[in-house]
Amino acid sequence: MATFTLNINGKTQEVDADPSTPILWVLRDHLKLVGTKYGCGIAQCGACTIHLDGTATRSCALPVSSIGDKKITTIEGLSENGDHPVQKAWLEVDVPQCGYCQAGQIMTASALLEQNPNPTDEEIETAMNGNICRCGTYLRIRKAVKTASQS
Amino acid sequence: MTLVKTKIGRRAFIRNTGLAGGGLVLGFSWLASCKMTPEQVNSMPKEWFELNGFLKIGDNGLVTIMSPNPEIGQNVKTAMPMIVAEELDVAWKDVIVEQAPLNTDIFTRQLAGGSQSIRQGWEGLRMAGATARQMLKEAAAQAWQVPVGEIITSEGMLTHEASGKSAGYGEMASAAAGIEVPEEVELKEQKDFKIIGTDRKNVDGEKIVTGKPLFGLDVQREGMLIAMIVHPPAFGMKLKDMDAESVKSMPGIKDVFPIVVYPEDAEKQWSDGGAIAELAVVVGNSTWECMQAKKALQVQWEEDSKLESSAYHDETLTELVNTAPKEAARKDGDVDAAFKKAAKIVESTYSAPFLAHNTMEPMNFFAHVTSEKAELLGPVQTPEFLEMTLASVLGMPKEKIDIMMTRMGGGFGRRLYGTFAVEAAMISQKMGAPIKLVYTREDDMTQGTYRPSYKVKYKAGLDENGNLIAWHVRGAGTNDDLVFENRFPAGAVDNYLAEKHSLQTNVTTGAWRAPRSNFIAGAEQAFMDEVAEAAGKDPIEFRLELFDRAISNPVGDPEQNDYDPERYAGVLKLVKEKSNWTNGDNGKSRGVSAYYCHNSYVAQVLDLTMNGNTPNVDKVWCAVDCGIVINPLSAKNQIEGGIVDGIGHATYSALTFKDGVPEQSNFDTYRLIRNMEAPKEIETFFVDNGIDPTGLGEPSLPPIVGALSNAMYKATGRRHYNQPLINDKPPLVG
Repeated sequence: MATFTLNINGKTQEVDADPSTPILWVLRDHLKLVGTKYGCGIAQCGACTIHLDGTATRSCALPVSSIGDKKITTIEGLSENGDHPVQKAWLEVDVPQCGYCQAGQIMTASALLEQNPNPTDEEIETAMNGNICRCGTYLRIRKAVKTASQS
Repeated sequence: MTLVKTKIGRRAFIRNTGLAGGGLVLGFSWLASCKMTPEQVNSMPKEWFELNGFLKIGDNGLVTIMSPNPEIGQNVKTAMPMIVAEELDVAWKDVIVEQAPLNTDIFTRQLAGGSQSIRQGWEGLRMAGATARQMLKEAAAQAWQVPVGEIITSEGMLTHEASGKSAGYGEMASAAAGIEVPEEVELKEQKDFKIIGTDRKNVDGEKIVTGKPLFGLDVQREGMLIAMIVHPPAFGMKLKDMDAESVKSMPGIKDVFPIVVYPEDAEKQWSDGGAIAELAVVVGNSTWECMQAKKALQVQWEEDSKLESSAYHDETLTELVNTAPKEAARKDGDVDAAFKKAAKIVESTYSAPFLAHNTMEPMNFFAHVTSEKAELLGPVQTPEFLEMTLASVLGMPKEKIDIMMTRMGGGFGRRLYGTFAVEAAMISQKMGAPIKLVYTREDDMTQGTYRPSYKVKYKAGLDENGNLIAWHVRGAGTNDDLVFENRFPAGAVDNYLAEKHSLQTNVTTGAWRAPRSNFIAGAEQAFMDEVAEAAGKDPIEFRLELFDRAISNPVGDPEQNDYDPERYAGVLKLVKEKSNWTNGDNGKSRGVSAYYCHNSYVAQVLDLTMNGNTPNVDKVWCAVDCGIVINPLSAKNQIEGGIVDGIGHATYSALTFKDGVPEQSNFDTYRLIRNMEAPKEIETFFVDNGIDPTGLGEPSLPPIVGALSNAMYKATGRRHYNQPLINDKPPLVG
């Protein structure tokens, strides 16, 4: 066990955890921030995507000891009132079916638009390719990213 | 308006006697996990009045509608309350939707499966809304001393034009709760619908996009421990011994033990498919600590039945499709005689591997079992059956068992088999503590109730004019006999023979989105394409000729045929028109397919270009006849999802076995379709015929595999017989 000081959604938080604990489980089990989802545990499905200093990052394979003072943003901290342009676009297009993967999809999409505000269709597909949606909402995901990029 | 007796689901409309005389109901779902804003708190009614088990009306006119069935992503949590709200005649903005707990006294068929929630819920949901509206009208008539027949309703308002009186539902709710449930009610005509048939967004949408705790895996309780299981590494093995002591001292670990989940005398239900009698369990403070202990735990297993490999399944299924069973499933005319005189014969065999369900949310369940009661909370498609099993294994009457469903991170049939919830309950009972059982992805993928592996052999005979005179289908599957003998083209061919075999295996199998249809539709529709080509006919015209035959002069008893040929032909004609069917002269390679399953009809045209072995799907046109469409926005989402799912699994996915061990255990080795591989465009068209609605969770998936295969043939000149299609490469030459 060790104590880590983390910057999460603009707040400083202290957690006691084994240094090998992936930040996903620190968020979910220690801090009760359950919006970030567990899907595979091996950085293959994207359900656990968070922003680390603004970059979309898989939290399930990232030990808490490697975070340092990097800023973490989770789906809960993406916007105060759920009104980030990507969240609004997701609602407008009515993307979700089961909804489980969508937090990760939204975190990937919002990081993409931060770096590339007007992505081409191909750039959207490439950026979103790491996030699996078992319900198959890929067409609506692309449309929502496009909608957000135009807002 | 149509006058209808309220006998269907009538017990749901009889109010809880404990609440008689006012029907005051307080509070919201105890699952409510999101804090309300001050504005929301202020807009909440001070009192709620229950008019029946489906709905309660607040003193300010807000309406809470219970969604009875489990929500797995098929969007019934929006669609079912829409139907109630329509007949209640309220504005959708005034509706709050709650997930109902399991309650067999009020609801019937609280199950997510077979695309049946809307079809089987339709009448009861309409009655629930219509009886409540009638009771509100009666209450207003009594208050105003006017004939009830003169009162009209609209968007939550009661009006009596002659006297100029009007009131909101909230004002009459208290009095309405004391009115007798009417013997008959008026139902709206389709032309008067204001909610049904309009686009309504997912009622959980805002919670989903802001990451609120909605799913079973998100459940948190005071004092809750995490539990994980270690299951046998191979089908055909069982627990022999385990070294619990050496991991008990690991950080955060509370206990490690073997547990008998299903004692020998357990009364199992069909929903216990895939049950493992005895497991190793790790219980601890956190998920990560349990994962570490699980890895370190040494467990000895022993063989208790044959350890099977995919090669064995494949060889045995091949033998079976080449062997006539003792009895035919259906036999019309004489296929052997017809094949002898046929001008042309076409013969092909198609196959597909096992598939895992791979819901994105792995299996999990919360349980808190004490001597007094059992509280279960989590994702399960079959709560009613779960309750029966729990009563047996926990030794507890059903009245002491409460089951509540969370929103589910996918179902696809996997959560029909709630053995994980039984495991959670047994672990909680042993620990005497609230626990949340969590499967890792590897647990989830290697302890499945898989889609069976299949093989089917077709033989068709054509006369000199290209008419289909004989059709022979012989199918086989693992634990499943695959063939639907009364489906198309049964009834459209004079000489028809359907035969089937099931190969019993110890690999556990079960329903996977559109069971059997998910394979046989694609095989049948690909073979149909081969036969049409041999007949020298356009594939759509060839199918339409067969439907004409089934309409004008059906073979055998038409009641026996499991489809309506007019509706079947209808979707095919619609997709032909919408896709401007030209059979591939637009520079793309084009395929067509049509299928009927789960009471809905779907026809699709698919355009693609090949990139090596990979199909790049440019566009899919999809025509659907599911009767009345409740919510077109989400209906299209289901259609799109089924198409992506069907293309994905047929092209990329497979689960194989070596000596009973699944060879894929996570998404690095088990391939699911990804964003870049999904079609560029899908356009959906619904037949508007006013027929009572049927479901959409499954029907768009099965046929798309046929359209894909047929388009791939156009592009490559080669038929693809074996899924996953990406591995179905041409044989090496030389």
